[in-house]
Amino acid sequence: MEWYLPVIWAGLIGIAVLLYVILDGFDLGIAILFPTTKDEGERDQMMNSVAPFWDGNETWLVLGGGGLWVAFPTAYAIIMPAFYIPVILMLLALIFRGVAFEFRWVAKPKHQVWDLAFWLGSTVAAFSQGLILGGMIEGITVVNREFAGGPFDWLTPFTVMCGVGVVVGYALLGATWLVYKTDGKVAERARGQAKMLLLGLMAFAVLVSLWTPYAHPRIAERWFTPSNMMLLWPFPLLTAYCGYMVWKRLHGQHEFTPFAFTIAIFVLCFLGLAISNYPFLVPPSLTIWDVAAAPSSHVFVLIGVSFLLPMILFYTAFVYWTFRGKVRADSGYH
Amino acid sequence: MIIDAFLLSRIQFAFTISFHIVFPAFTIGLSAYIATLLALWIRTGDQKFHLLARFWTKIFAVSFAMGVVSGIVLSYQFGTNWSRFSVAVGNVIGPLIGYEVLTAFFLEASFLGVMLFGWKRVPPWLHCLSAFIVAGGTALSGFWILSANSWMQYPAGHEVRDGIAYPVDWLQIVFNPTFPLRFAHMMTAAYLTTAFVVLATGARHLMVGHRTESAKTMVRMAILMISITAPAQALIGDFHGKQTAKYQPAKLAAIEAHWDSSKPAPLVLFAWPDEVAGVNRFEISIPGVASLLTHGSMDALFPSLNDFAVQDRPPVKIPFFGFRIMVGIGVCMIAFGWLGAWLWRRGTVFESRRWLWVAQYTWPLGFIAILSGWFVTEVGRQPWLATGVIRSVDAVSPVTTTQVAISLALFFCVYSVVFAAGIALINRLIDKGPDEISADDPPEQPSRRPLKAAQGPASQIFGDGHPGDDKIQPAN
Repeated sequence: MEWYLPVIWAGLIGIAVLLYVILDGFDLGIAILFPTTKDEGERDQMMNSVAPFWDGNETWLVLGGGGLWVAFPTAYAIIMPAFYIPVILMLLALIFRGVAFEFRWVAKPKHQVWDLAFWLGSTVAAFSQGLILGGMIEGITVVNREFAGGPFDWLTPFTVMCGVGVVVGYALLGATWLVYKTDGKVAERARGQAKMLLLGLMAFAVLVSLWTPYAHPRIAERWFTPSNMMLLWPFPLLTAYCGYMVWKRLHGQHEFTPFAFTIAIFVLCFLGLAISNYPFLVPPSLTIWDVAAAPSSHVFVLIGVSFLLPMILFYTAFVYWTFRGKVRADSGYH
Repeated sequence: MIIDAFLLSRIQFAFTISFHIVFPAFTIGLSAYIATLLALWIRTGDQKFHLLARFWTKIFAVSFAMGVVSGIVLSYQFGTNWSRFSVAVGNVIGPLIGYEVLTAFFLEASFLGVMLFGWKRVPPWLHCLSAFIVAGGTALSGFWILSANSWMQYPAGHEVRDGIAYPVDWLQIVFNPTFPLRFAHMMTAAYLTTAFVVLATGARHLMVGHRTESAKTMVRMAILMISITAPAQALIGDFHGKQTAKYQPAKLAAIEAHWDSSKPAPLVLFAWPDEVAGVNRFEISIPGVASLLTHGSMDALFPSLNDFAVQDRPPVKIPFFGFRIMVGIGVCMIAFGWLGAWLWRRGTVFESRRWLWVAQYTWPLGFIAILSGWFVTEVGRQPWLATGVIRSVDAVSPVTTTQVAISLALFFCVYSVVFAAGIALINRLIDKGPDEISADDPPEQPSRRPLKAAQGPASQIFGDGHPGDDKIQPAN
């Protein structure tokens, strides 16, 4: 088998998942912050700041899941049953938050229940994603290329911590997005919240960085083998620098840079996790080559990806550009 | 019957996909209708098309959201509940789903934002183009998913090694033999279904006696659409049936409740198929007509259910009754559409209270027909999940019965609440109707509106006001 095809595909799925985490992360994040105001106008403003984008953002989740099936069917067939309960929980939660975007407007003035659905759906979805992330790091029991663990293998203190970490991380993305995309009270409050959330996220990053090498010798070996250390030392340092920059820019009156540096933190954490686990796609037993689809399937879709992905990125940018500028509090409504 | 993860997973998939298909079927048709309305608005400058487009866009937004969230569930269920299926056919079907995401989902989702919120942000032509792109995206999505489904019905272009399908010829895989007609049948069903929803809405508004101008427009456009697509659908369905006879004889035998291949098959109008005894009870039938319809001759013989081993036969009752419901509705649709067209030609359609009274209740017809049709085709494919490649019973994930029971109960609760609320809200929007043309809204001339030179290039593109000041508004 061509050894590079699975590598390319792992990279593509990694990009899809990372884009999902960043893009839907701030959608989910603003919803996680919904209960911090009771004012209807402010909630309108928060929701409107992501309304034209959320659907496209969520599509990266479909690409991540669908891509996994395209490129690594065996991994898809192991991971999904292994995380049956958190995956179903995430899907149900995403139903509530997705319909809330539309229902909330139509149901007005009786929209309170959809405010709750929006917040709870987003929070549970983020938490479930954290559980899955934590469960992936901890590893999946595989026998004979099939999932062979129990229904609650994913439920450990570590995965619960990851769940909380993802909720905090998304909330930070959401808060910095609001600093960038809104004005008035909403932006001011978000600026304050972002500082607290940043501290939370950095604490979480430190915890994971200590916990995973301690619990998993293969991860310790990856990071602390002297030759690897020589190459990898910039990662923690850069992450700390980005955290510092978010903090500093939040204190200044910067609007876009806190969001940008938060994205950088996510990219670095994601790369860190990828480095910890490469080349395993189903840690700790199956590598990307063990679970890859037929080369012909890889090539067939890769041909499409080579021109469709740039097109997607282009029109996604077009939509963001169309709805550029701040979503203000004072504009009239309905 | 044993209650196990397999049975519960089947119920869960049937339940979630049945809920799902209602919304894409509607949004495929509705996006095309909205795009048409916007194009008419730009062409004629007639404000009523604009108001109708805005009205239907609100309904589209709610329906589309429900289609998206219930669709994501399906793309993950292949893995959570049918992991052995995912491995067995992943090399072949995975790429088709991958192309669906890449060509259709992103296109729909991105331009949906422009379609819903771009009324003031982009010029009318670009807004109209976005609606056409969304409509095209929904159709493309149908293309890929029907290609995948048709491959499962009658696989082609592959080879099986150690129980796993490997691609050999992608052209044969994508354009597998039963795909083109199944695709045509489903797309036409979507447009026809939407036409009936538009008709019922227009009729409802006319019956309560207000908003007559826009209501009349809806009824006229719907009659036009129905009187063409309903008979076309019958024709496509007939071809599709003949194709089923060729490629899926067991399914055809189940649809016709045909037990004895030594005689020509009668057209069974009604019967209670007894699957244990292998006969029909209470049968009312016309001799030879099923043979004529499927094989072109009253004397034609074709395989009956008894020609297939019991473990290779599909269940009979669901395909048999589902097919009759679908065809029955189809016949009613043609008759009702043509009656409407005849009344329209006579110039009395808006005075025909009885026809309008019936019309306002016709909106569920298309949905029931679509669901029946899908039950026919999916149950008729059993016991196979992908014919000849993997049986349904071998495809289920290694998950526990309790897990699936809990998830099924959760899906049932959540879908009941969310979709009941969604349908109630859509109903509310329909009752509210399009905005009236009022004196406050000077009629806009979308295509010929002069651009104010003093506003600078950005304003020229985005209409009045500074783009940044323009609050992003939902469609209402």
